[in-house]
Amino acid sequence: MNIELVLFLVLGLLAVVSALMVVSRKSPIAATMFLVMHFMALGGLYLLLHAQFMAVVQVLVYAGAIMVLVVFVIMLLNLGDEQSLSEKVTKRETSGIALSMLLGGALIFAVTRAVRPHTSDAAAAALNNGTIEAVGKALFTTYVFPFEMISLVLLAAAVGAVVLTKRHLV
Amino acid sequence: MLSLPIEYYLVLSAVIFLIGAVGVITRRNAIIIFMCIELMLNAVNLTLIAFSQYLGNMVGQIMVLMVMTVAAAEAAVGLAIVLALFRNKQTVYLDEVNLLKW
Repeated sequence: MNIELVLFLVLGLLAVVSALMVVSRKSPIAATMFLVMHFMALGGLYLLLHAQFMAVVQVLVYAGAIMVLVVFVIMLLNLGDEQSLSEKVTKRETSGIALSMLLGGALIFAVTRAVRPHTSDAAAAALNNGTIEAVGKALFTTYVFPFEMISLVLLAAAVGAVVLTKRHLV
Repeated sequence: MLSLPIEYYLVLSAVIFLIGAVGVITRRNAIIIFMCIELMLNAVNLTLIAFSQYLGNMVGQIMVLMVMTVAAAEAAVGLAIVLALFRNKQTVYLDEVNLLKW
C-alpha cells in the first residue's frame, strides 16, 4: 500500500460519506456543514492530482464564498427541519432512487471501460500542470477570450440577483 | 506521482454524482436541492481535473475554472430566487410551489 492509495482512500471515503450526509440530513445547516467538509475532501483530492491551484480555488470559492452565501440565506429564511424525511419513502422517491441507480450503473460501466490515457510523459507534465504559473499562463494567453466572457456571466448574475431580491421594481 | 489508475477517480466522481442526483430527486427543500446540484457540479470537476492531469493537458483545468464561475453565478441567482419565492409563498418546499403546474 503506497501513500497515494492510502490518501486517496481516506479522502474518497470522507467525500462520499459527507456527500451522503448532505443528502440525508433534515436540518439545512447540518447539510451545509457536511457540504463544506465534502469540498475540503475534494480539495485534498485535487492536491493528490497535483492540481494545487484548483485545490486552493476549491477551498476559497466553494468552501469559503458559496457556502457563506448559502448559510446566510438559510439564516435569513429561518427554516425548521424538513418533516417529510421521517415519513416513509413515497413511490416517487423509490422510483427516483431506482432511476439514479440505473444512471450510476451506466456511469460506472462507462468509466471503467474508458481508454487508459496514462502515459509516463503525460504524468511528468502533470507535475507542472497544476501550478498557478501554468494555469495563469494558459488563462491569460490561449484562453483569454473565454476568461473575459465569463466575467460577463458574473456581471449578469450579480445584476440578476439584485433585481430578483428587490422588493418593488421600478 | 499519479501512480493510481485513473479509473479510481472516475468511479469516485461517478459515485458522488449519483449521490447528488438522488438528493435532487428525493428532497423537497429548495436549498438542499441547490446543494445537491453543487455536489454534482463538483463530481464533474473531479473528472475534468483527473483527465487533465492524466492526459497532461491544461484545458480540463481551465474548464473547471469556468464551471466554478458559473456555479458562483448560479449560487447568487438561485438563492435570490429562493428568497423571492419565500417572500411570496412563505415556503421553500418545492412540492408546495405548483403555480405553473396544471
